[in-house]
Amino acid sequence: MNARADERREPWKDPRAEAYIRVENVTKQFGDFVAVNDVSLSVYRREIFCLLGGSGCGKTTLLRMLAGFERPTSGRIFIDGQNMDGVPPYDRPVNMMFQSYALFPHMTVEQNVAFGLKQEGLRRAEITDRVADMLGIVKLKGFEQRKPHQLSGGQRQRVALARSLIKRPKLLLLDEPLGALDKKLREHTQFELVNIQERLGVTFVVVTHDQEEAMTLASRIGVMNHGRIVQVGTPLDIYEFPNTRFVSEFIGNVNMFEGRIVEDEPGYVVIQSPELGTPIYVGHGVSAAPEAVVWAAVRPEKILLTREPPANTKYNCAQGTIKEIAYMGDLSIYLIPLDSGKTVRVTQPNAFRHAEARLTWDDRVWVSWHESSAVVVTE
Amino acid sequence: MRSPPLRWSSGVLRRVGLTGRTVVIGVPWLWLLLFFVIPFLIVLKISFADTRLGVPPYTPLLDWVDGKYLQFRLNTGNFMFLLQDSLYAQAFLSSIKVAFFSTVFCLLIGYPMSYAIARANASWRNTLLMLIILPFWTSFLLRVYAWIGLLRNNGVINNILMSLGIIHEPIVMMQTDFAMYIGIVYSYLPFMILPLYANLEKHDQSLIEAAVDLGCKPFRAFMLITLPLSKPGVIAGSMLVFIPAVGEFVIPRLLGGTDSLMIGRVLWDEFFLNRDWPVASAVAIALLLALVVPIMIFQRYQLKATQSGAAVAGGRG
Amino acid sequence: MNNKAYFRLTALVLGFAFLYVPILSMIIFSFNESKLVTVWGGFSLKWYGVLFNDRQMLAGAWLSLQIAAVTATGAVVVGTMAGMVLARFGRFRGRTLFSGMVSAPLVMPDVITGLSLLLLFVAFAPLPFVPDQRGFSTIAIAHVTLTLSYVTVIVQSRLATMDESIEEAAMDLGARPFKVFLLITMPIIAPAIISGWLLAFTLSLDDLVIATFTAGPSTNTLPMMIFSKVRLGVTPEINALATIMVGVVTLFVIAAGVLMAHQEKARRRDIQMAQADS
Repeated sequence: MNARADERREPWKDPRAEAYIRVENVTKQFGDFVAVNDVSLSVYRREIFCLLGGSGCGKTTLLRMLAGFERPTSGRIFIDGQNMDGVPPYDRPVNMMFQSYALFPHMTVEQNVAFGLKQEGLRRAEITDRVADMLGIVKLKGFEQRKPHQLSGGQRQRVALARSLIKRPKLLLLDEPLGALDKKLREHTQFELVNIQERLGVTFVVVTHDQEEAMTLASRIGVMNHGRIVQVGTPLDIYEFPNTRFVSEFIGNVNMFEGRIVEDEPGYVVIQSPELGTPIYVGHGVSAAPEAVVWAAVRPEKILLTREPPANTKYNCAQGTIKEIAYMGDLSIYLIPLDSGKTVRVTQPNAFRHAEARLTWDDRVWVSWHESSAVVVTE
Repeated sequence: MRSPPLRWSSGVLRRVGLTGRTVVIGVPWLWLLLFFVIPFLIVLKISFADTRLGVPPYTPLLDWVDGKYLQFRLNTGNFMFLLQDSLYAQAFLSSIKVAFFSTVFCLLIGYPMSYAIARANASWRNTLLMLIILPFWTSFLLRVYAWIGLLRNNGVINNILMSLGIIHEPIVMMQTDFAMYIGIVYSYLPFMILPLYANLEKHDQSLIEAAVDLGCKPFRAFMLITLPLSKPGVIAGSMLVFIPAVGEFVIPRLLGGTDSLMIGRVLWDEFFLNRDWPVASAVAIALLLALVVPIMIFQRYQLKATQSGAAVAGGRG
Repeated sequence: MNNKAYFRLTALVLGFAFLYVPILSMIIFSFNESKLVTVWGGFSLKWYGVLFNDRQMLAGAWLSLQIAAVTATGAVVVGTMAGMVLARFGRFRGRTLFSGMVSAPLVMPDVITGLSLLLLFVAFAPLPFVPDQRGFSTIAIAHVTLTLSYVTVIVQSRLATMDESIEEAAMDLGARPFKVFLLITMPIIAPAIISGWLLAFTLSLDDLVIATFTAGPSTNTLPMMIFSKVRLGVTPEINALATIMVGVVTLFVIAAGVLMAHQEKARRRDIQMAQADS
């Protein structure tokens, strides 16, 4: 695995890198309702940046402002250094793939894909060549004369993709690109999208409410809530180092232990939590007020389940009884009410086919985790 | 209350296509202003004038007297005349009465038909709709004329009844209120059925099924669920029938008797027979005033119907 | 058949009988040799002969057809614009007023509209560019005013059900708003525009009251002639005329129905094709 920060692959870590797309303090109000609240973002070239959030969080409005369909109430948007204020959608070097695909129903696949080039006034021969090229990339050769209603959902999506990519935009916006596809097709398309993006070198901004989609596609994710950006980071950053309760609960599953900081040192903190029973030892420093109320967030897969007590019973462990088991094939999910009363969620891979010592309902178990497994969040 | 997001047009067009947008709003606006609103103002003006011989047969509002003074002549006599002569009041009331009952009959006949079409098999539905619309596409005048042939003393109905021996003398049906009602209901029925159908078609059948499943008798389910939900359709259809029917002229003239007074006929006669343009204008203004409230009801319904479609299409997350 | 279905069937049968009995009787008697309805004088086409020899009637019909065509085209142009405004232009100052002005003609009694337009033409007569003689142009203007609201309603409701993101996609790909309308919107709403045209045509062809008010002394439209003939008594040539009209309309409706059924079959085939090789 590449642990080094490579400026080419992770430009956001390079302080000298120029942001390709800059959103500066953008706010959008509809009457009294603030849809986007003072958002600032930088997106770098060739990134796949995902805006992730529930419905009503403002991600689609932000996307539409990038496309030019809405005007910011305040703030500015720059694309490749150019201020987009007052620039209509048809004059922007931006293209969008709509959630409903928005294919022109009265035109063939070929005419749909060629539409953008026609608006640029290119010669017929060049258009035909580029269309054929593009259809090859999205694997739709042979479908040129079909009309949208003669295509399946996945095929329509590829037409929409081809239609928007053929103009070689500086930025491609995707609105819930995988939402309408069934699970198998979704996985397949996720990888195809990333492949095409890498091949063509286009910068993507994707809007989605589906975490799995965001985690698979994105080079970086921007989590949004109530019109604000809550955290920006790589999928790893967001998952393992959430900065707020909201982010840690929004992405994946998590066990939250509420408590107070009783020992606060540069290298570690100890949190007293009645929800766990034993104190929680976190192996890194935390900036918080003394005696502040904090939460220790521990992911289900970081928790160890054992019948015997762990080596160190002073910190980060507790006893409980297995109440529920969900067998998912590759892993099992355990719901374990602890003696302290709180129920924790633990996942374990089913690493062996025949496990004589496999845990089952009503077993008494110890839950424990490593000192580096918990993340402390303060709000 | 959240306001729906503005459409791309209002935000974007405003900058570049400003002239384009202005033209698209401007043309219909100017046309209607010039050929719909201003004529009404002229009618208003003439209703305050006096008849006189000549072209045009009414006195002007502003007049140069002796080339020096501007005389403003406002003659309220026409309106006084309307109020004093009971003929006009009777005509108004009778028109409203006729229009009201016609609307009721249209509802009584039209609602079951719309309901039946809305509940019919999808394959039948289009055919049935076509059959409803077909008479509508043929000349209204001719269809009224057809009723004359049916209702006359030696018309089809009387002939059949007499030849069957049911009656010995022809029933007088022509030139009666009865004939007039038939004519109005017949002509305006599609105007009731179409909006009603458009509304009923959208009803979710599973609501009724759920109610019946919970023990509600079908008729009660209809009264409690279908009927209230169809209210907008009922209002639209009723307004589309009632308002024009009040001013209806052709049918009362062709099918009604000399004593079936309708304000439309009064207006026509004042204008064409008496050549009294000012009084005719006064009648028109009075009619408009009487209809203002129903027209506003209709327009509120129209505005709501178009805006609800807009809100649904424009709402975004 | 259960009670409810029985009720619905009865409602339909009675309703349709009410609607069609007059039409059928006209058709039947257009072939009646005898002038009177009391007697069936035998099958004859003579009233069709009378109709086609009536030069006045034919001239009136031709005039009405021309007026109707011009009206329909004008109504479609202005009405589509109004429909676009109401469906796509969001909120703007004066929208309520605009909407009110557009929907009022739908319910306005003919006598009021006719009177007001005549008074308008008379008042403006002294102006240089106004048609001096009331006739074709005045009737056409009046009819456009009457029918454009119907076109607006049809176009507007079609636009409301159309996926707006298609138009946005076209803009996003570089087309300016007017091009979007021509290349994308209009082809999609074409059926609505066509039915608006046909509706305006029919309404214009059928109008009596407004035409009477706004026509000049020498202009006679078909409805005006029918009206004056009918006032004098029943003339079976009117039956012939009615039969012809019903026949033409029926042909149209059948053709439209066949076309739609054909399209529906093709569409179903296409969907199957898409599902087969996804």
